[in-house]
Formats: sequence, C-alpha cells, structure tokens
Amino acid sequence: MTELLSLRGISKVYPSVVANDNVNLDIDEGEIHAILGENGAGKSTLMKLIYGVSQPDNGTIQWRGQTVTIKNPAHARSLGIGMVFQHFSLFETLTVAENISLAVNGSIASLSKRITDVADSFGLPIAPDTMVHSLSVGERQRVEIVRCILQEPRLLIMDEPTSVLPPQGVDLLFATLRKLAQGGCSILYISHKLEEIRSLCDNATVLRDGKVVATVTPTEETTQSLARLMIGRDIPVTRQQTASSDGRVMLDVNQLSHTPEDPFGTSISDASLSVAAGEIVGIAGISGNGQNELMRLISGESLLHSSGSGTVSINGSKVNRLSPEQRRQLGFAFVPEERIGRGAVPDLSLGFNSLLTSHNAGLTRFGFIRFAAMAERAQQCIKDNDVRCGGDNALAGSLSGGNLQKFIVGREMALAPQVLVLSQPTWGVDVGAAADIRQALIELRNKGTAILLVSEEIEELFEVCDRLHVIYEGKLSESLRTAETNVQQVGQWMSGQFLSSPRADGLQHFDNQKAAGDSQSPAQSPSPRIAP
Amino acid sequence: MLDLLVFVLAGTLAAATPLIFAAMGELVVEKSGVLNLSIEGMMATGAATGFVMAKVSGSAIVGFASAALASALLSLVFALLTVGFLANQVAAGLAVGILGLGVSVLIGKNYEGTTISPIEKIDLGALSELPLLGKVIFAQDPMVYVSIASVIAITYLLKRTKLGLIIRAVGESPDAANSIGYPVVLVRTCAIMFGGAMAGIGGAHLTLSYTPLWAEGLVAGRGWIVVALVVFGTWQAPRIAIGAYLFGAVSLIELFVQGQGFAIPSQLMSAMPYIITIVVLAIISRNPRVVRLNHPASLGIPYLRNE
Repeated sequence: MTELLSLRGISKVYPSVVANDNVNLDIDEGEIHAILGENGAGKSTLMKLIYGVSQPDNGTIQWRGQTVTIKNPAHARSLGIGMVFQHFSLFETLTVAENISLAVNGSIASLSKRITDVADSFGLPIAPDTMVHSLSVGERQRVEIVRCILQEPRLLIMDEPTSVLPPQGVDLLFATLRKLAQGGCSILYISHKLEEIRSLCDNATVLRDGKVVATVTPTEETTQSLARLMIGRDIPVTRQQTASSDGRVMLDVNQLSHTPEDPFGTSISDASLSVAAGEIVGIAGISGNGQNELMRLISGESLLHSSGSGTVSINGSKVNRLSPEQRRQLGFAFVPEERIGRGAVPDLSLGFNSLLTSHNAGLTRFGFIRFAAMAERAQQCIKDNDVRCGGDNALAGSLSGGNLQKFIVGREMALAPQVLVLSQPTWGVDVGAAADIRQALIELRNKGTAILLVSEEIEELFEVCDRLHVIYEGKLSESLRTAETNVQQVGQWMSGQFLSSPRADGLQHFDNQKAAGDSQSPAQSPSPRIAP
Repeated sequence: MLDLLVFVLAGTLAAATPLIFAAMGELVVEKSGVLNLSIEGMMATGAATGFVMAKVSGSAIVGFASAALASALLSLVFALLTVGFLANQVAAGLAVGILGLGVSVLIGKNYEGTTISPIEKIDLGALSELPLLGKVIFAQDPMVYVSIASVIAITYLLKRTKLGLIIRAVGESPDAANSIGYPVVLVRTCAIMFGGAMAGIGGAHLTLSYTPLWAEGLVAGRGWIVVALVVFGTWQAPRIAIGAYLFGAVSLIELFVQGQGFAIPSQLMSAMPYIITIVVLAIISRNPRVVRLNHPASLGIPYLRNE
C-alpha cells in the first residue's frame, strides 16, 4: 500500500534560518498524524510547503504515489489538501456562505443548504447568513472546518486548532476529526500540546530546529518523554511560592462599562477587579472576549467615552482621564499583546526601544538623550533576560518573536513597577523562555508588585496566579482562588457559565464582599481592602 | 421658475456623468485594495484622446473607445509600479496623475481651443416633449443612461456576483485570498485597468458632450472629487452616485447664481460644489460601523506574496 503523502529529504532555507532540514514524513489514509514541535521548530514552514504556499529548496513530495510539485494553494486544494489556519483566512465583511462560496463552487442558496447539512451531521452549529465579524474565534474555526469538509479533502491540515477553543470545545473538535478520519480523510495535526496529541493522534513526528528528531506512537509515550523529544530536555518547573500580600490594593477596576470605537470590538460591561500588592491575578478567556478592550482601558490607550462608566485606579488614585505616560508615572507598567508596533518599534534599535518606556529612569537629561546610559540599560536588559540578539544596536524587528518578548518583559520589569499588567506574555515564546518569564513574574510578585496577567493558556494561569477571573463577551466573572478551583470549572466559565449560576458551586469567592460594597458607593475612590 | 428647475435638473445629470464613470471605476479599484490617486490625469488623458479621435474619425464611439484604451494603458503604468514593484500607492498615484496631465496636453496640442459638435441627445418624440420630465429624463445624451446603468451594474457586481466577492476578498485580506487560491496580483491589475478605462470614458464625456471642446486643464479637479466621492460615499455605489449628482446640482446652481449677477465672489462660487459635496458626504459617512463594513481593509497596502 502506498502512502497518501510522503515527503523525502525536504529542506527549506530562509536567509536567517534553516527552517526545514532533510525532513521525511509519511501519512497513511485515514491516519491522524501529529507534527509536534516548539515555536520556531519548523512546523508551520513544513505545512506551507505541503499546502503550496511556498516551495521546498530540496527534496520531493509524493502524493498518492506520484511525485508532485505543489505550485500554489489552489493546486493543493485541487489535489485534495485542505488547511485550517491558525490565523484564519476568513473575510470579516462577508457572510459565512459568501466566505465558503469563495472556496467551494455553487450558488449561495445551494451552499447554504450544504453548509447546514454538514454542520448538523458533525454537530457544528453554523448559521450560513451570519457576517463573519460577529462570530467568536471558535465559531470562525468551525466555518473553516466546514469549508474544508465541503471540499471533500483527502488530507486536512490543522494548525494549532485548540489554541482558540475552551476545553470542552476541544472535545467537540476531536470528535469531528475522528469522524473525518473514519471516513478516510487523513489529518495532519500541528500542535505543541502534548496531552492533546496523546489523546488524538495515531502517530507523531517530532521536529526540533527544523529536523525530524523522532517518529513515535504517542500513546506509547509519556508527556515527559514527548517533551524531552520536543525541547531536548525536561520542561523546567516553575517554583510556586505562596503569596505574601500585605493587602494594599494597587490596581482597582470598578464597575467599568465601555463601548469601543471599533464597531467590531467587544463592549465591556460592568467589569470589576482588584489586584493587591504582592499578588498575581489572572484573566482567563478565549481571545476576542473583551481582553483587548479591557487592557486598553487599564493601560490608558483608550479613554472611557462619555457614555461609559466606572473607574480605573492605580495605587489609590483615579486615573480615568490620565494618559498612558501619566499612568506609568504612578508606577504602572504594561506589556501589550502585540510585540511589533505596540510593545516595540521594529525599526528602532533595542536601545531606543528601552528608552521608550524607561526615559524617566535617568536616560535623559534636560530633554537630551544620554546615549551611554541608554546603551547600558539595554545591555543590562539583554544580559538579565538572556535575549539572543546582536547587541543593543540590533533592530527590534530583527529579533525572533520569543526573544523580543523576553526583551519587552524584561524592560518593563527593570522599571520595578508597582503595578505590572501583561497580555499574553508567553505567546509564541519557546517553552524554556516561557518558564523563565513565569519564574520572573513570581519573583517580582514576591518583591511586592501587583501583577495582572491575561492569558489564553489556562495551565499558565494556574501555574502562576493566586486568583483568577474569567472574561466572556466583555463580562468579567468574580475571582476564583486558583488553589480552590480547577481547569474544568474555569473551562466552563470560559463559555459563559458564570453568568447563569455564578455561585452554584459553593466555592469561596473573594469578590463577594467587594461587589456588595461597591454597589452601594460606586463613586467613592477605592479604599484599601483586606486581601486573603 | 420651471425653466430654472429643468435647467438645473437636466444639467445635473449631464454634469455628474463624468464623475460617475470615473468613480465607479475607482470604486472597483479601491475595493480590490488599491488606492489610485491618478484619476485626474487619467480623466485628462481620456478627455484629450477621446476628443482628438472623435474629431479625426468623426465617430463618438471611436472617441470613447480610444479614451478608455488610452487611460487603461496609462493605468497599466500605475499597476506596474504599485502591484508589480510594490511602490507606495500614494506616491505612484500622484506621479502617474501628473504624467497623465502631461500626456493629455501632448495629445491635444494641435487641437487646443477647438470645438466639436456634441454627441446627440436622444429624441423619444412625445416623451421628450413632456413638460419638466421630458427634458430632464428623456432627452439626455446616451452616455448619461450608460452611466446610470453602470451604477446598477457595479452595485450588482460587488454585492451579488462571485467576481465581486473575489474583488472584495482581495481588498480585505490579500493574504487570505491567496491562501485559498486567488491570484491577487492579477485581480488587482485587472481592477486598476478597469478603473483606468472608466476614468477615460468619464474624461471623454467631458470633451464630447458636457463642454464639447478641448482645452488644457479642462478636467479642473474633477478627478480629485472622484477620489473623495468614493471614500465619503463609504465605498457604496448608490451613495457615490448621490454625491456625484449633488456635485452636479451645485455646479448648475452656481452657474445660475452667477448669471443673476449676485455680488458673491466668483471664486467662492466656483468652490461651492467641491465644498458642499465634501461636507455633505463627510456628514453622512460618519457611522463607523458602515465605514468598517465597507472599507477595504488592505486599501493602500502593497501586497507581497508570502513565500
């Protein structure tokens, strides 16, 4: 029997990096095959080669026994290769049916019927005439999957599909994929999540630094052995220590309601949270549920409209009308989600990038830049955080995503902030560096910084947070102590369950008293409260 | 009074026609994600080419066809710069626009100041004799009706056809369009050439019907109004057409007011159509939701295929 797809000696070299080096890969019909590797291991490059987005420099691709050159994505689709992207390839201003009609032949009316049929048979509810911009990321993924299914592919490539799903959404996705595989469609499943691969996949090819290091049967491996294959060593464990908060509330968000300028954005309604000195509070939730809007209000990048209400306070002073710069002068620091353009300026050197937020830390005199001090500060940050780069004169844009993130987080930590807010600080950062960042956060907390951490990775939140909130459609749940809850419950809350029965489970909620107190005196500036 | 109304309404349709042709073309270009600021130059090239060719051949159809061809060729230069070499679209648009103005002067050099008999208005007998309506609706030149048909056709194209979906998809996210297998460069190049041809026809309507003569600088900023119409009309063909008719109406009222000898500086009066059109459109396009839904997200951003 010949394989459905067979890669031999595939190499792809980019100017700065060898993305794939002599990769061999075989996929049988109906097989669910995992490609496992860290960010930057070459998984995405390999998928682009298979999907015809780019061409290999060396090696051959055999499709159903024939050697083929996959010229472009259209060619790949005509061969029967479909792909669901990590960053979706849907058009926001078109309806679901219009989007699908761009990839599948047929009139909108006949497609709408087929979409509903396929969606029903796989248990993936979709309304064909909905505009895509109004869908959540999970729903968009369903649209992409249905679009692929309608093309009747023989091979479906899934790129990190679970990163946009709540835990129970993962089960539904896996059921869909297994059903597809039973129907004879092979699935190439890209992930760095070991548990998922063990529960779903028949075989796994492990990539490291562009090379295949092993092809294994995941069910015969342990999470630890897979991790060792993937990163070449054991996953570093974060040393958790108990919080030692003195209870001074450093960051307080009180009944915040806000409708963003962007009509596709999420409105924040009645969000309250507080972070005391020496504690880490997390916000869990699927992206696109208002995290971005809430972070912009806290950082000062967006100001409350006249139609909005509520207060944001930093270190006891109300900051609603203050600019980001003024908030920073109160001891506030912020690491935004986007590194390029928001966290750092790609065309400036690391030195100037450190100047951006640290200019008050002795880097200027009489309005002039002290270049020696600036260079020294950047070099210190590079050294302290093990940033791999060409020194403080390297352009920020020349660093890999993970290294730039280490620099940005390090830059903000070096300010010794009293309040540090981070959005997705370890997204796209390799496992080792992510663990370093988490460790640094815990150490900063132990020195008394109040930290607010937004993350889509539940495991990360459980690893470092003392308490966590869940955000869903712009509404913030009350906080749960991480020691007293579990991934299951937070997962359910991530799809909005806290709205219907917020206190049905009998867990202790830190915010009960706070909510009651605030509703009586919403205008008062927040007074220090006793934290656990 | 009725005469005045007929004068303004009938004139409005004629005055708006060049703008509508050019704006429908530019709408398709911008929907595909390309900002072409060279409309003024392309209209001028079309105006000169159409005039000269109609004069030489004696056929208005030859005039319009060669105007469309000449401006489409000029827009190909723009396409080569922006889609081919990924040049900045604003800078390339300005440069090609200036080039087009120069080309128009060159083409029309020997015809400067000459006139031509305008294309005939249709005559539907009794219908055209109807009071008010007859003159306004049933006694225009054929291109006026073609321009109205083009508004309907472009609306239908963009909203209801597969080709329209592809153009909008390319304009919103060229990367995503490429990833599902659409040729972004080809779609954009075709859109730009269509836009050029439409601007050429619009220009030719100026010299073959509206003011049947050739003079340098005759387009007089209409190309820029077209760019504004498309943006402030929030990329919707019917709104753009309304803007064009508003511009036409105010131009006509201005002529009338000047004729009556009111003591208003003529420079101010000449500026009125531009000012009023921009202000009115700016006010009706304030809804951010409408803008967001219709604005081509990748407008003005060069597209480099991700290898």
